[in-house]
Amino acid sequence: MTKKNAGPELNTVPKLLARNAAKYGDAAAYREKEYGIWQTWTWSQAADEINALALGFLDLGVKQGDHIAIVGRNRPYFYWSMVAAQSVGAVPVPLYKDAVAEEMAYVLDHCTARFVVAEDQEQVDKIIDVQDDLKALDGVIYLDPRGMRKYDRGALFEFSDIQQTGRDKRAELSPELNARLDAQDYNTTCVMLYTSGTTGRPKGVVLSNENIIETGRATAEFDNLSVNDSVLAYLPMAWVGDFIFSISQAYNAAFCVACPESGETMQHDLREVGPTYFFAPPAYFEGMLTSVQIRMEDASPLKRKLYKTFMANAADVGPKLMDGKSVGLGAHLKYQLGKLLVTGPLKNTLGLSRVRVGYTAGEAIGPELFDFYRSLGINLKQLYGQTEASVFITQQRDGEVRADTVGTPSPGVELRIDESGEVFYRSPGSFVEYYENPESTADTKDPEGWVATGDAGFIETASGQLRIIDRIKDVGKLNDGTMFAPKFVENKLKFYSNILEAVVFGNGKDNCVAFINIDLLAVGNWAERNNIAYSSYQELAGHPRVYEMIQENIANVNASIAEDEFLSGCQITRFLILHKQLDADDGEMTRTLKVRRKIIAEKFDDLIGALYSDATNIKTTTEVTYEDGRKGSISADLEIRDVKTFPRKQVAA
Amino acid sequence: MTQTETYQTPDGRTIGGAVMEMKNITLRFGGVVAIKDISFDIREGEIRAIIGPNGAGKSSMLNVINGFYHPQEGDVLFHGKKRGPMKPHQIAKQGIARTFQNIALFKGMSTLDNIMTGRLTHMKSGLASQMMWWGKAQREEVENREVVEKIIDFLEIQTIRKTPVGRLPYGLQKRVELGRALAAEPKLLLLDEPMAGMNVEEKEDMSRFILDVNDEFGTTIALIEHDMGVVMDIADRVVVMDYGKKIGDGTPSEVRQDQAVIDAYLGVAHD
Repeated sequence: MTKKNAGPELNTVPKLLARNAAKYGDAAAYREKEYGIWQTWTWSQAADEINALALGFLDLGVKQGDHIAIVGRNRPYFYWSMVAAQSVGAVPVPLYKDAVAEEMAYVLDHCTARFVVAEDQEQVDKIIDVQDDLKALDGVIYLDPRGMRKYDRGALFEFSDIQQTGRDKRAELSPELNARLDAQDYNTTCVMLYTSGTTGRPKGVVLSNENIIETGRATAEFDNLSVNDSVLAYLPMAWVGDFIFSISQAYNAAFCVACPESGETMQHDLREVGPTYFFAPPAYFEGMLTSVQIRMEDASPLKRKLYKTFMANAADVGPKLMDGKSVGLGAHLKYQLGKLLVTGPLKNTLGLSRVRVGYTAGEAIGPELFDFYRSLGINLKQLYGQTEASVFITQQRDGEVRADTVGTPSPGVELRIDESGEVFYRSPGSFVEYYENPESTADTKDPEGWVATGDAGFIETASGQLRIIDRIKDVGKLNDGTMFAPKFVENKLKFYSNILEAVVFGNGKDNCVAFINIDLLAVGNWAERNNIAYSSYQELAGHPRVYEMIQENIANVNASIAEDEFLSGCQITRFLILHKQLDADDGEMTRTLKVRRKIIAEKFDDLIGALYSDATNIKTTTEVTYEDGRKGSISADLEIRDVKTFPRKQVAA
Repeated sequence: MTQTETYQTPDGRTIGGAVMEMKNITLRFGGVVAIKDISFDIREGEIRAIIGPNGAGKSSMLNVINGFYHPQEGDVLFHGKKRGPMKPHQIAKQGIARTFQNIALFKGMSTLDNIMTGRLTHMKSGLASQMMWWGKAQREEVENREVVEKIIDFLEIQTIRKTPVGRLPYGLQKRVELGRALAAEPKLLLLDEPMAGMNVEEKEDMSRFILDVNDEFGTTIALIEHDMGVVMDIADRVVVMDYGKKIGDGTPSEVRQDQAVIDAYLGVAHD
């Protein structure tokens, strides 16, 4: 499937760079805070830096088709390295900077990287540890020389030296560089990104210039991104999103990419830069909201009163105004006053004053959380994407924003749901192949170009928006044939602050049951306020009033599930609160804190049995592993309760 | 025992001649003899450790080195010249900077301002022009701020640049104090128990910074430390004190095998 497609005139990232340098030469392309001051590079300065580096790469002997790995935090130098690699016809491969040496070794070996651009001693040390196994590796280029004075300089080069060599030999090497730039077209590989691979080894996703440029152009137009916009680059460079936001869209729209001073100063730098375009995972927005709430609780009574009054008004009016709906004059005036006194300053503190377009993706986002930011007047939207799609599969249009959907297909994307409920897409952004892995490629992408996402979802008939339910492998059926999607229900449960974790069972059964883990912080706080004494998690979890509270939460969730046209069968009939917290040390969760359903089902087999019987309690003993590796066991007598369920909404035929 | 010839350490640093020589130092407070007839030297570019049990006279020794105490007997030679009693501002100008065992920072001031105070000896504009914030004073402040920012970058404390140091955890306060000492651009840096009260990770960080300071700026470092493990890892040479006397002097491996040192540290049966 080698369709010849030269594409339009601007068919590579280096060509976009040249256009930007010519057209927007004096506009800011990169900013980075260093030594406490924001340093700026204009597009013409950036082009010069990249050109010098590319010439330096030529002098090092980089060949067309070579892979150059890049490992470091978000800094202009590494973005330049990627574009310089592309300029000489090599393929940039950004890596996760916190990967351990062995993980790095796997990727470097798999892509046969000839050179690595590394940030500092920490990264160089990792590469030195594993270099004996890397036959293809010819050299490491480092940015920060600190601590490496005594290192063997044989295959170690300093970034600034490479650039200097490039500048010195500009006349001599430029013809070769120009020839290589001209040789590239839409089919040339633009970048290779490794998927994190929760199951099995990471796979190298090959994305062509067509994938990256088409996606960047279409989505930048979608949100009217222009040279006046700016973004803060703080998410890992190895992640496809950062490549799309900070290179693909940034070069298409010629907007400015700002890099924080260090990973920890991000929040502060965000406020100083005030980006107009912002992406963050739901956990980030959640963390910000929690910190606001905690600080408001400690504020003076007057401030608390102001906050309460105006936030309530903003919650009501803000989203309506943003969607262009009309509100009463009084409410509007109050909103404006609130903006002056509360929401405006709050937005400023959060660093979101100037955000025109904000996206979140990756996990389900709670409606309250979503509404909070929308009520502040922040245009927060959801998108759905993956590495294989160059990010964008669906995204929400301005004015059509909802918490429980992920939007309509992005420009140029076709969407299809198969019989099992799995989501497929075909788009200009869909990847070329997994590097040297034809079987996986064939498994994921069919000859017509449709790519399987591995996610189950459906398209809402009324709005045309896509809703993602769960990973397809976790989705099952209840005995009456309705769809069973555990994560969908669990997420709804977890939106209650009392519930830390929930595990829902029901595949191949008549109805659904749940294990609950309470949030010790939230429930403990509540217990303190209500004079309920407890000495351990287990005791608090078994308290009748805690059970009542959770019972009510689940009933509310049932009520909302009953409204759902596809998933109303997933209401929870019975539940119990587990006597221990699910823990990665016991293998019940992954290290990234995702529940491992199968293991939990096997381990607590007796409890599931009791949930599907008429028993009102069950005695059980569980083995636990302590942090120091010792093992022990806890036994408990667990109460099982029934929950109110609601009549199902009729499914439209 | 003055050595003048330079030599290379196994890890490639050049150690020069003696910067500081202590000759038969005795220091008394009234009838209490804190230091008894001690001689040793500190050579240019090296990391020199002074260790010993509690009350051995280590901190007193450090105070003699930086000139705060003047010993009753013996000579202190700094760059080969004999040094007499000094006033604090003279001490500060001689190119020796130090940190303290019990952190001595301005708690209400930010990290940045605290480190800036380390630049005081490098500021020459008068009070009037500093108040007017004009001409030379402004230029000076900008230059000095640049030096301070490089130190902040070096010590990786950008996040706490504007935080009042009183709010910082202990380990970070220690780092700020090191920053202030570095701001004076000392030729000789004295560290009084830089790792006291730190956890393993903080100790590793601090060790890294000490080695990097020595390596990057070529600063000669004399440090007092309790943690034997740390000392043995980072010091080039070690002086061991006990009850005000020197009981050992040499490379870490030499000192570790010295019977007198083992007795002082592990105790010895008195019969």
